[in-house]
Amino acid sequence: MNRIATELGPALARICGPAHVISDPMELATYECDGLTAHRCRPALAVLPAAAQEVAQVVAACAAAGVPFVARGSGTGLSGGALPHADGVLIVMSRMRAVLEIDPVSRRAVVEPGVTNLAVSKAAEPYGLFYAPDPSSQQVCSVGGNVAENSGGAHCLKNGFTVHHVTGLEIVTPQGELTWLGDGTGAAPGYDLLGAFIGSEGTLGIATKVVVRLTPIPEAVTTLLAAFTTMGAGGTAVSDIIGAGILPAAIEMMDALAIEAAEAAVACRYPEGAAAVLIVELDGPAGEVELETAAVRAICERAGAYEIRAAQDAAERAAIWTGRKSAFAAVGRISPAYIVQDGVVPRTALGDVLSAIADLSARSGIRVANVFHAGDGNLHPLVLFDDADPAAGPAAEKVSGAILDLCIEHGGSITGEHGVGVDKARYLPRMFSPDDLDTMQLVRCAFDPAGLCNPGKIFPTPRLCGEVPGVRRAPHPLVASGQLEQF
Amino acid sequence: MTRAAPPAELTTACPEVRPATPADAVAGVEPRYVAAPATEEQASALLTAAAGLGLAVLPRGGGTRLAWGAAPARCDLVVDTWQLNAVLEHSAGDQVVRAQAGVPLAALARVLAEAGQRLAVDPADEGGGTVGGLLATGVAGPLRLRYGTPRDLLIGVTMIRADGAVARAGGKVVKNVAGYDTGKLLAGSYGTLGLITDATFRVHPAPAAASYVSADYASPAAAAAALLGAARSTLVPSAAELDWPGRGAPVSVAVLFEGDPEGVAQRAARLRDLLAETAGAQARATGTSPGADERPRTADAPPPWWGRGAAAAPDGTVLRIAFWAGRLADVLGAIRDAAVPAGLDPAVSGSGAAGVLHAALPPDAPPDAVARFVVGLRAALPAGRSSAVVLHAPARVAAVVDLWGPVPSAGLMQSVKDQFDPEHRMAPGRFAGGI
Repeated sequence: MNRIATELGPALARICGPAHVISDPMELATYECDGLTAHRCRPALAVLPAAAQEVAQVVAACAAAGVPFVARGSGTGLSGGALPHADGVLIVMSRMRAVLEIDPVSRRAVVEPGVTNLAVSKAAEPYGLFYAPDPSSQQVCSVGGNVAENSGGAHCLKNGFTVHHVTGLEIVTPQGELTWLGDGTGAAPGYDLLGAFIGSEGTLGIATKVVVRLTPIPEAVTTLLAAFTTMGAGGTAVSDIIGAGILPAAIEMMDALAIEAAEAAVACRYPEGAAAVLIVELDGPAGEVELETAAVRAICERAGAYEIRAAQDAAERAAIWTGRKSAFAAVGRISPAYIVQDGVVPRTALGDVLSAIADLSARSGIRVANVFHAGDGNLHPLVLFDDADPAAGPAAEKVSGAILDLCIEHGGSITGEHGVGVDKARYLPRMFSPDDLDTMQLVRCAFDPAGLCNPGKIFPTPRLCGEVPGVRRAPHPLVASGQLEQF
Repeated sequence: MTRAAPPAELTTACPEVRPATPADAVAGVEPRYVAAPATEEQASALLTAAAGLGLAVLPRGGGTRLAWGAAPARCDLVVDTWQLNAVLEHSAGDQVVRAQAGVPLAALARVLAEAGQRLAVDPADEGGGTVGGLLATGVAGPLRLRYGTPRDLLIGVTMIRADGAVARAGGKVVKNVAGYDTGKLLAGSYGTLGLITDATFRVHPAPAAASYVSADYASPAAAAAALLGAARSTLVPSAAELDWPGRGAPVSVAVLFEGDPEGVAQRAARLRDLLAETAGAQARATGTSPGADERPRTADAPPPWWGRGAAAAPDGTVLRIAFWAGRLADVLGAIRDAAVPAGLDPAVSGSGAAGVLHAALPPDAPPDAVARFVVGLRAALPAGRSSAVVLHAPARVAAVVDLWGPVPSAGLMQSVKDQFDPEHRMAPGRFAGGI
């Protein structure tokens, strides 16, 4: 057994019960990565608490021992945010999955963090309500993970992100204390610590209860699929829909390579010969959805759509979405390995950026399949490579990085919804100045001065807390002299 | 107080610095100097110089809500943003606008309107409010039901820290999770963390049509049922407001629909049916007959009381009461129960369906009575799921009332303040928890 397991194992077993503390290396292997499998690290210990109080005691024990800890929900994250620390404790939240309360008149639910995203909507459904953020992994991803990543989903164009739908959090601070951020009203006095915590990728503490806003289920939904012979024509349709003042629930686009992959994987039977397909979903009051559907159809036709399908029922809607939702996994059918990117560009720059990506691909000989949330300019380029070729991975990584540079050049972001995690920490300084990053880390220092809570994520250069604000230009003297270790 | 000339450190950093006058006082505290930086660089140099001199700094926009919050513990330098008045970028196709802090909201609205767009936040117009002030106070109006508050529309921000460093967060795309969202912390921070110099917001298409469905109810409970029924319906109201001018007066509700003219008309008609049904059910449940004025009516313009919010008693005391919307009837009852023993009769209005109400008291309400009311109300509201904050009050009331009341995680908030402003020079004492 490792040192951490020897030192902390018995204490954690007293808190959570011996059955819920894992120190066996084989069992720990289950937890060595999240959805970003390129990064793997076995934790010293994993612990599965069953209640907020247990989480608090586990964190307090870690804090007292100076041992780093990482929280993990369902492990579906795509940026390595839940990558364990080799000398730390992994706190797995999957036993805390109760829907504690539904208040349909207030349109609120109180849930535990391990509950799946979809389970919240299912629990709210009898009241005619649902939980709006719907990441593609909603059947398995946890609400706690959504909070950590500020998850969006295909429908966030209209409905917003997790931060718009969570109005209160009970958290365990990195010192092991239980406290509330926000009070569920969405208008709590004082600093918006809740808003700062959501999307902090598990670095400011661990959520143990989540108050979510519930939304009335839309009366009507229509889903259109339009096929185009060029990407440019699809892009024109997107601009014109937005320009007409229509706010669809979702606008998704796939290019020929992504369509080819989806066909190979799930036989989604998208129109033949399409260089681009657009999926437009409209929801809301029946009368307006009908009007908007007709308008979107006309816009797509004007932009040159050669085939438009409209889903008449839930089954047909699911059929249209199948190709889109399977796209990531589907590229596995046409390439041994791939990198998923998550860059964002202003919608009006989509055309320019897509042709630049095509140039990049042509010049490097590396294929890039494009699947993206066109409505909000969130690209998911899939950079394809053969991992059997040792040179291919780094070459793909180079293209991938160049795509992020394109996004930044066009005033966008390196990540729209997957988070920075370990994966994109090195790209963050391309978007933000040292002062910007230093200021963000003031928040980190306020919550976690010891730097034990999910260390090594987001920020390429951690800030030592307790310094006078100001950019650090040399290693901290205590670090340089070896008296202090920086996680 | 002597009107000393500003020190050379300040005038070198920022050409526009003058000695303060009594008119520059903030809640009775008169600053020494007023500076108006014209650029981000000047603002940064100014705050760096202020740090060197150990000056307490207070940002000022249009000054419309400068009386909000507690009186500053210290105030040496007011930084007025009026020269930071450029709309830096409006990309209509991206539905995004970036504006400097001193841009008047009215000017911003005009720029957006030219492209058929709007910033979907509608606090009571107290005249001359700015982008920076909107963000720093975090105020919202009726549209909060559908669009939230400024923090929900904010996608990027630039601030000058207490030590003069320029720091940006977010960006100019709506979907962006890169780095911490420090903009959220600045929203509603009352200038206590730094000086906001520009902000980027998501904007929305201006609706082609608007329709207000109104009805009056004899009982607060019936009004609450109507309002919450509208919010839970599939009719997607943009706002659902309530107005209760005083005990004994009927409670008015009004629900706003926005969008396509035909669709809006349909939804308004459907809500009228729904309200009639709700009133009927209420009447049957209570054994009363609905009054004639409960018949819902539709208008293109808002009722006169619409969105008055914090402006309901400009020189009096106004509380913002937040709660879980389902408790609306209880909260109306709690307001009444706290007011009666204090001998007060507050005018209540606000976004009932979004769980936010304003209670307004006239300037001549006795301070001790207001204090009794505030204490009584906080005790009667649902514990842990509500708050009652005094937004503004006459000085003699503010002197005897805990304006902010209890704050969750006050310790963490203090830590955030200590990190951003270790010397406590940014608007000290103004904010919740004594920050």
